[in-house]
Formats: sequence, structure tokens, C-alpha cells
Amino acid sequence: MASMPAMGGDFDVGATVGTELRTFFEDATLPGQFDTFQPSLQLEGDVRWQSDSGAWDLVLVPYARIDGQDNRRTHFDMREAFLRWSGDEWTVRAGLAKVFWGVAESRHLVDIINQYDTVEDIDEEDKLGQPMFEVSTIQNWGQLTGYVMPVFRKRTFVGRDGRLRFNGIVDNDLARFGEGDERSADVDFALRYSHFIGDWDVGLSFFHGASREPRLLTSNRPDILAPFYDDITQFGVDLQYTKDAWLWKFESIVRETPFETFAAAVGGFEYSFYGITESGADLGVLMEYQYDGRSEDFFEAAPTIADNDLFVGARLAMNDSQDTDFLGGIVTDLDDGSMSGLVEASTRIGDFWVVELESRFFVNVDNQNLLSVFRNDSNVTLRVTRYF
Amino acid sequence: MFSNRLNKFTKSVALAAMIGTGLSTAALGQTAEEKGFEIAARSDRSDTGFESSEVNAIMTLTNSAGRTSTRELYFKTLERENEDVGDKSLTVFETPRDVQGTALLSHAKILEADDQWLYLPALKRVKRISSANKSGPFVGSEFAFEDFTSTELNKYEYTYVGEDTFDGMTVDVVERTPRYENSGYVRQVSLIDQDVFQVRKIDFYDRKNSLLKTLTLSEYREYEGGVWRAHLLTMENHQTGKSTSIEYGDYAFKTGLADNDFVKGVLRRIR
Repeated sequence: MASMPAMGGDFDVGATVGTELRTFFEDATLPGQFDTFQPSLQLEGDVRWQSDSGAWDLVLVPYARIDGQDNRRTHFDMREAFLRWSGDEWTVRAGLAKVFWGVAESRHLVDIINQYDTVEDIDEEDKLGQPMFEVSTIQNWGQLTGYVMPVFRKRTFVGRDGRLRFNGIVDNDLARFGEGDERSADVDFALRYSHFIGDWDVGLSFFHGASREPRLLTSNRPDILAPFYDDITQFGVDLQYTKDAWLWKFESIVRETPFETFAAAVGGFEYSFYGITESGADLGVLMEYQYDGRSEDFFEAAPTIADNDLFVGARLAMNDSQDTDFLGGIVTDLDDGSMSGLVEASTRIGDFWVVELESRFFVNVDNQNLLSVFRNDSNVTLRVTRYF
Repeated sequence: MFSNRLNKFTKSVALAAMIGTGLSTAALGQTAEEKGFEIAARSDRSDTGFESSEVNAIMTLTNSAGRTSTRELYFKTLERENEDVGDKSLTVFETPRDVQGTALLSHAKILEADDQWLYLPALKRVKRISSANKSGPFVGSEFAFEDFTSTELNKYEYTYVGEDTFDGMTVDVVERTPRYENSGYVRQVSLIDQDVFQVRKIDFYDRKNSLLKTLTLSEYREYEGGVWRAHLLTMENHQTGKSTSIEYGDYAFKTGLADNDFVKGVLRRIR
């Protein structure tokens, strides 16, 4: 490997400041929760340095949220903080990083490297920076990447004041692990292969280490839950077939836990109608089926709502100079008819401002469904972000 | 179907009339199709041999009220000399800030659908996308996807129309019709100068065969090895009154880019 070059190279510094107001339509049901308005502020920095040769780069992305209602939602994280060396065929990086695997829209099943930052949102799109050492090679037979992850990140959970929470409060100080010495996780490993052959994109993945999804166990204090992160081994496959205006998507995992070995899958399509307006807007329609074979016993498996569910959605891209788009979707539980949905809209104003509207709602929720704790948590979020 | 055939019929009558009046030099035992292809090929091939190129650009969108917005981007291209396969290209946005690092990787084909991947830096997500959307607007501009991705010689059939003058130059007028599927154009009329064989202007006719857009290519410069590049492209939409210009910086050629720089795995390194 080349020696570190002298400082010089290219610096790029940026930042974003977002102001957010989340409004809940109905009053809270759990003790301690606030009722209606949740204002908060998001701050993100972005510092990049690249050596003159382009071989070395350094990335720092600190993130903070300051929340007006829930002190657990007020938090800081390094989303990215890594040093990377890139050669013609090999890339090596060390530090905190974000990784995305997979193809599906309604559920990210094979995507396991990063822990979710669920105090941000429950949609599993916000991730904590994962400490890792990553080695990747690009060859004519595809890309192969190996990960060694020495430090575990615990999932974030909203506090007593927060909406969109379970009946109990999760205390991360009580977290226990199935691997290592119970109080802390061992080193995790992963391997990922990715390639495309004609109209097919293929991904294969392997993971061994602490599950990112904790089981939530009762503790010796009433209404306090203790997260337990099991030692798991998981194989994943993701496939996409792209033909004309069709995208066919499939993801599946097989996971071995101390209690069981189960499979889960998500698959479906996205079809686009191009140029539906004079100005050239595109409408995409999506449908995905979600299956999960894990135990429904909370003592044996982390709960999931996506066990036998159907997602139907639509995406409208205006293709205007402000990149205006709309997204809407509903997931229906095929066993009991419980539904959760979302509507999102986004547009740019001028060169530096983005306005987003997001609504999440729960309807027809069955008393026995996991979603029943969220039954009164339908909400709408208005976010205005300034880019610097 | 019928109107298409009728079009072809009237076109060939018009061409025959032109040849008859001696407007064309195609009388030397060469059909208008052969001559059209020859002129287009000479123009296309005058720009080959660059191996790879990198260039920065500023795109300015102007709406019908005259209000403008800009975006900065860069293009990397890997030339593939074989005219039966397309070039590989990478387009990366630098501004506006909210889409910084968004990238489009394209492996162009001649008549089949191109392979395309989109990179979304906020999620670190690489998405294979459909390339069937040829005629849709590229990032809200007056350029359609196909205006960028369908520049290969063999993506069209050509017909020589005649000679004209444009901007003080004597130009050959060549009509080209897309051979690939899903094009938004029934035909394009290009003006190619007779001096250095570069495309100076293209009129785009929509599926109803009415004039939709005009692309003007100017500020041509010759680089080492006789490679010519326009540094200002202006696309004017006659139906909406909107326009988009792309101003290119200095091109760098033979920059050492290889196939490995145009695979989906490199998208994650962008941002």
C-alpha cells in the first residue's frame, strides 16, 4: 500500500440544517407521552478530503438531532468517519460507515451491516455509523467485499415521552448479548458478492455476529424492557430483473438463531408509466409481498410486522427543475387486515432549500397486531432543510 | 402504421424531386441513404480515438418566464471503438447540494436497452433502473435521456437531404431516424459543416412530426489528435418556450479510465 501523502489535495465542507415539526392526529395512549406537536432540529456536517492522486480520501459526517419533546430523540452520531484507499481493483476503508444492500422497497431484508436509528423514524431508512474494517475488490466476475466489525451499535429507542413506542421503555444499559461476554458483543463478520449479468443484478451475502434486531425482554423493573441481541448466522440473496419499464425484485434470507432457523422473503415489482403528463412526469406503481417465518414468541425472536403482508404503492416523479416527487404506499397484514401507510412529498425551492412532507398512518389495526401500540400514532411531519 | 408509410412515401417523393433538381450530389451512383450515412459516419469518426474523457459542465435551465436555475455536473466517458457496442459513461451531480453525489452509470448498447444504474448517496444505495424512458426529461431539463445516451452512429438511419448554409458555413443537411425503441422523436434533421465535419444544429420532431426542439452546438475546439468538441450546447423547446444550455469546461482525454471505473461498485465511492 502507498504511504500516506502529505496534506494537500481537495477539501470539501458542507452542512445541512433541518427544522422539523411532527404533528400527531390523536392524543397519546401510554403514560408519559406527549400529545400533539413534536418540533425538532437536525444538524449534519460533511467534511471530505481527497488526496491529489485520488487514491486516499477521508470522510466525516457528524449528525445531531435536538428534539423538543423526547430527550432520547435528542442524540448525536457519527454517520460516517472513515479513511479509504482506492486502487484500480482494491478498496480498503477503516472507520464508521454506512452500507446499503438489497433491491426491495418495502422491506430491507438482506441489509444488515448498520444498526437502525429508530428514534429518527420507524421506516428503517436512518442508520447509525458502523465501525468497520472493509476490504473490497472489483474484478470482471463481480465485486466481493469483506467486513470485520469490532464494535456493536445498539439500536436507539424513543424515551418515555416519545410517541411511536412500545408499552415498555427500552433501557440500553440493560442490553445483553448471546455472543462475547454477555455485556458486550464480540467481533462481527460479513461477506458480500455483487454483480450483474445482462438484465439481472445479483447479490449474495453472509453475516455472522450479533443480530441487529434485539428481542425485547421484561426486566426486574416494571415497564422497563431489556434488549437482547442474539448471536446469529445469516445468508442472504437479492435479485433484480430489469426489462423495459419493469423492475422485478426479490430478497430472501435464512437466519440461524439460538432458538430456530427461519427464512424470510420479500418480492414484487415496480412498473413505470413514462411521460404521463405533457411536462414528462413518470408514475411508478409498486407491489411487494412480505413473508417472515420466524417464531411469534417474543422470548424466541425479535418481533416483525412483515410476516404475511402486502405492500402496494405509487411513486410520482414530476421531472421538473425542482425535482418534485410524491410517494405513497400501504402495507396490509393479510392475516388480520391491519394497515400502515405513508405519503411523502418533496420539492426544492431555489438552490439551497428542500421542503418535505411525510405522513404515516395506521388504520384498521387489529388488537392482536404488533401495530396496535401505534394505533393512535398517525402523524404528519413537515421538514424544511437548508443546504450549505 | 398507415400514416407512417404515407410519410415515408411523401418523403421519398420530395427527395426524388430534390435529386431531380440537382440540389444533391447524390447522383453519383449513391443513394441518399448511403450519402447520409457517409456524412454522419465521417462526422462521428472524426471524434473517435480519444479512449476516455473527463469534463465538468454547468447546466442552466431557463423557464418560459426567463427564470434560471443551474446545476453543476461532471461526465466521465470510456470510448469503445467498436461501433457495434456503445460507450460507457458516468454522470455525477455536484449541485444543487441536495442531489450532490447522485450519479448515473450507463452502458450504452446500439439497439437493445442500455444498462443503467442510479446512485443515491443519502442511502448509499445503487439502483438498477429501466432505460426504457428515452424521451423523459433529464433532471428537469429540456434534454431528454436519449439526447445524451443515444449518440451512437448506428442508433439511427440516415438520409441525405441537401446542402444549406448555417452561421456562415456550408453545411450538409442529414435527416436521421432512430432505430431504437421508445424514442420520442419521429426524425431529427442535423446540419453538419463541410469543413471540419461537426454537427452544428439538430431539429427534433416529436411523434406527431411537429418541430419540438432545436439543439445548437457551438464553441467547437480541436484537441490533440484531431478530436473536436463543442463547448456550448443550447436546447430550445419550441412548444414550451423553455431552454437548457450546457457549458463545458476543458476536456481531458486519455485519462487512464478503464472498464473497472464504469461498474456499479465504483458508484459507492462517489459520495
